[in-house]
Amino acid sequence: MNYVPKMNRRAFVASAAAAGGGLALGLDIPIGGPQPILAQDGSPEVNAWVVVRPDNTVVVRVARAEMGQGSLTGLVQLVAEELDCDWSTVRWETPTPGQNVARKRAWGDYATVGSRAIRQSQEYVRKGGATAREMLIEAAANEWKVPASECSAANSVITHKPSGRTTTYGKVAMAAAKLEPPKDPKLKDPKDWKIAGKPLKRLDTADKVTGKQVYSMDVKLPGMLSAAIKESPVFGGKLKSFDAAKVAGMPGVKKVVQSGDAAVAVVADTWWQAKTALEALPIVWDDGPNAKVSSASIAEMLKAGLDAPEAFVGNQQGDAKDAIAKAAKKVEAVYSYPYQNHATMEPMNATARYTPDKCEVWSSSQNGEAAFAAASEASGLPAEKCDFHNTILGGGFGRRARSEYVSHAVRIAKEMPGTPIKLIKSREDDTANGVYHPITQCKLIGGLDANNELTGLHVRISGQSILAAVNPRGLQDGRDPITFQGMYPGGTEGAIGYTIPNLLIDHAMRNPPIPPWFWRGVNNNQNAIYLECFMDELAHAAGQDPLEFRRKLMTKHPKHLAVLNAVAERVDWDKPAPQGVYRGLAQQMGYGSYVAAAAEISVTGGNKIKIHRIVGATNCGHAVNPAQIDRQVAGSFVYGLSALFYGECTVKDGRIEQTNFHNYNSMRIAEMPKVESIIMPSGDFWGGVGEPTIFVAAPAVLNAYFAATGKRIRSIPLKNHDISLV
Amino acid sequence: MARLTVNGQAHNVDVDPNTPLLWVLREQIGLTGTKYGCGIAQCGACTVHMDGVATRSCSVPVSVAEGKQIVTIEGLAQGGVLHKVQKAWIEHDVPQCGYCQSGMIMAVAELLKNKPKPTDADIDAGITNICRCGTFVQVRAAIHAAASA
Repeated sequence: MNYVPKMNRRAFVASAAAAGGGLALGLDIPIGGPQPILAQDGSPEVNAWVVVRPDNTVVVRVARAEMGQGSLTGLVQLVAEELDCDWSTVRWETPTPGQNVARKRAWGDYATVGSRAIRQSQEYVRKGGATAREMLIEAAANEWKVPASECSAANSVITHKPSGRTTTYGKVAMAAAKLEPPKDPKLKDPKDWKIAGKPLKRLDTADKVTGKQVYSMDVKLPGMLSAAIKESPVFGGKLKSFDAAKVAGMPGVKKVVQSGDAAVAVVADTWWQAKTALEALPIVWDDGPNAKVSSASIAEMLKAGLDAPEAFVGNQQGDAKDAIAKAAKKVEAVYSYPYQNHATMEPMNATARYTPDKCEVWSSSQNGEAAFAAASEASGLPAEKCDFHNTILGGGFGRRARSEYVSHAVRIAKEMPGTPIKLIKSREDDTANGVYHPITQCKLIGGLDANNELTGLHVRISGQSILAAVNPRGLQDGRDPITFQGMYPGGTEGAIGYTIPNLLIDHAMRNPPIPPWFWRGVNNNQNAIYLECFMDELAHAAGQDPLEFRRKLMTKHPKHLAVLNAVAERVDWDKPAPQGVYRGLAQQMGYGSYVAAAAEISVTGGNKIKIHRIVGATNCGHAVNPAQIDRQVAGSFVYGLSALFYGECTVKDGRIEQTNFHNYNSMRIAEMPKVESIIMPSGDFWGGVGEPTIFVAAPAVLNAYFAATGKRIRSIPLKNHDISLV
Repeated sequence: MARLTVNGQAHNVDVDPNTPLLWVLREQIGLTGTKYGCGIAQCGACTVHMDGVATRSCSVPVSVAEGKQIVTIEGLAQGGVLHKVQKAWIEHDVPQCGYCQSGMIMAVAELLKNKPKPTDADIDAGITNICRCGTFVQVRAAIHAAASA
C-alpha cells in the first residue's frame, strides 16, 4: 500500500531553496492537461492528489508524515469526501520530496509539526478531491455528450440523472486526466460530510499488528551494511582522534568513519557487530568549552534572569508592576521546567546509498523536504540527483523534524560509494545525544485588590529559546515569539484566555549550551503549568473557588471558557467530590485549538498519586475523525503525565546523565487513568489536535495534588519530590 | 554456529554466541517485526515467545535460545488466520505509530494463555511494555475483547 509512485518527470526545477528545507510556497495544484501523468502501474493521475485505477481503486497521495497521530487517515478522508469515492476502495501512497520539488511543490508542505498536518493542508487537499470529482464528472458527460450539470457522483459512480446512465471513476479516469482542471472547485459544507467527520478506522493498522509494517529501521537493500555512531558526549565537543586499527580485526567490521567534526561511526556487516566494535574503539574527544556545565550551573544562569532588568515583552496590557505595587495582597511563586528527551519508541535511523550520480535515503522524517535537503547538502550532490523515501515513523514528537541522522548516514555512505549503509543510533546515544525540551524558570507575581480581584500579573520567563538555537532568522529583533505560546495577546494560534487589566509577560533569554528542540507541545507545556497552577494559587489566596476565579477573568474568551466549563461539568465540579478524591482544572489554547482538562486524584501517604479519571475537552474547530481525536487526547495524557512524573534530563560535566528507559521512565498501563474525551468542534475554524491536550495534563494534576494535600509543587518531574504514580 | 527454531523453521546462523536473539532475528534471519527499542529489557518492543514464555529478546544471548521454540510476531497467525489478539487489535484500532505493538501483542498473547479472562489488575501486573504514543486505553479494551472472543 505504501509504494512510492514513479512519475514522468517534467522539467526538474531544482530550487536553491531546497537546500534550506524551506521552499517558497507556490502550490501548483492539480496538474491535468492533455498529457496524462501515469502512476507506476500505468493508472492515470486525475490530479496530483488522486490516481484512479481501472478497477476503480482510488489512490490518494499524502505528503505529511504519519507518526501515529492518524492524520494520514484524516487527510485521505478529506480528499475522499470531496471526491465522493467509495471509501472501501481507497488506498494511499506517499510522494517523495524529490517528486514534490520536480512538480513545483504540487503536494505543498511536508513539515508535520505544530499539529498542522490537517489544519494547514485541509483546504488544498479538499480542493484536490473536489477538482478530481469535477473532472471525472466532466469526462463522463463528454462521453455521453450531455451537460456535466446533469450528472452527479457518489461512491465512485457517476450518474446521468435524466437518462439513468451510469459509469465508474475507473472507466473515465484516463479521459478525465486529459481535461483542464476547473479553476475554482466547489467545496462541500462540512454539515454534508459523509466520510470526513466520521470516526473511521485508521488506514495503516493491518500491517502494524503482523510485523509487516516496514519502518525505516526495517529497510533492507541488497549489499547493505550497518553503522553504529558515537557523538561527542559533551555538547559542543569535537572528535580529536580514534584508533581504527584496534577494531579493524573485529568480526564483521568494514570501516571506521568520521562524520562531521564531532562523531565517529563503525560500519560492519550487522549493526550488532558495528555497535560491539564501536564500544571497543579508542576515541579521544576534545570536550570544548562546555565540559563543566551542570544542572546546577544552568539553574543559576536561569535564576539570574528572573529579576534581570532586560527582557523581551510577549504580552503587555496596562502597567502590571504599578498595579502589583499598589495591590492589597501580593502573591509570588517561582516555577521551573526541565530538559526532556523525546524518547520515540523507534530510535533515530537512516539508510543511505551514495554514488557520484545519485544519493538516496530511506528514513523516517517529520519534514521530508528538510531531510531531502540534508541529503543533498551532506552528499554534495544537487537536488535533482537526490531523493528521500519516507516510511511510517516509529514515533516523532518533534524529534524527527531534525535531520542530523540523515546527514550522518549520507556522510558515512559517501565513504563507501555504492554500498547502502543503515545507520542506527543506540537508545543510549538517542537519549544522551539528542535535542531537548528547552529549560526555563518562571517567576509569577500577582496583585489582588481589597475585593480580591486580580488587578495585576507579571509573568517573567527566564530560559532557553528554541529559535535562537535552531532558526535565528525566526527571531524578531532578538525576541523569540514562540516562547510565549498560549500567552499571546490575541490571534488564532494560542491566545491567553484571561483578561487581566494590568499584565506583563516577558522573557529573559538565557541559552545554556544544551541543544533545545521542538518537543510535542513545545513551550505550551511549561507555560500552561506556570499560568494554570499560578491561577490556582491566586484563587486560593483570594479565598475563591479556582473555577469561579477563572470564570470572572474569562468572560471575553468564550471559547476558552466553553472547554473549561465542559470538563468542570463532566466532573460535577459544583458538587463535592467522593470521599478522598480531589480535583484540579486547567485550560489553554494552542495550535489553534482550545483545550481543558479536569483530573480526579487521590493521594495516599502524602506522595502516592492515583489518577482516577482525567477528562479532556477539545474544540478543534472541525473534527475530521473523532475516533482518532479521542486517541490523541488519551495519548497526549500519557505523554504529558509521563513528563510530569518522570521526565527530566540532567546535566553533569556538559553531558546528559540519562541514557535509557531505566533512568528516563515512561508511564505503563498500570498507571493509566480512565480517560474521557469531549470533542466539541464549533465549526468556525481549523485547529490542531496532536499536541494541545498534552499541556493541560500536568497543571490539572498538580492543581488536584494541591487540593488533596495543600502542597504546591512548582518544579517537575514529581519523582524529584518523592511523589509516585500508582 | 547457532541452530535456532523460529516460527517452526530451523535456521543455522553463524554469529557470536553472545549476540542478542533480537539482532539475530532481525539481521541474520530477516524477521524485522520484532523491534529494537531499548536493548535493556525495559520497553518490551522486542518481546517474542521462547518455549511459550514471553521474553525480551534484546537481553537473551542467542546461545540461550538454541534448542528452544521461538515464535515472533510473524509466526503468531496460524495458517493465515490472525491470532485473536491481532484481530482484537484491528477491531479496536489500537496502534498509533505501531512500533511497540509487535511486542505488546506478543506479551498479551502470553498473558491470555495463562489467564484467559484477565482482570484489570492482571493486565496491570502482566503488561509492562512502554508505548510512547499512549495507546493503553485501547490496549486494555482490546485485551478484554480478545479474552471474550
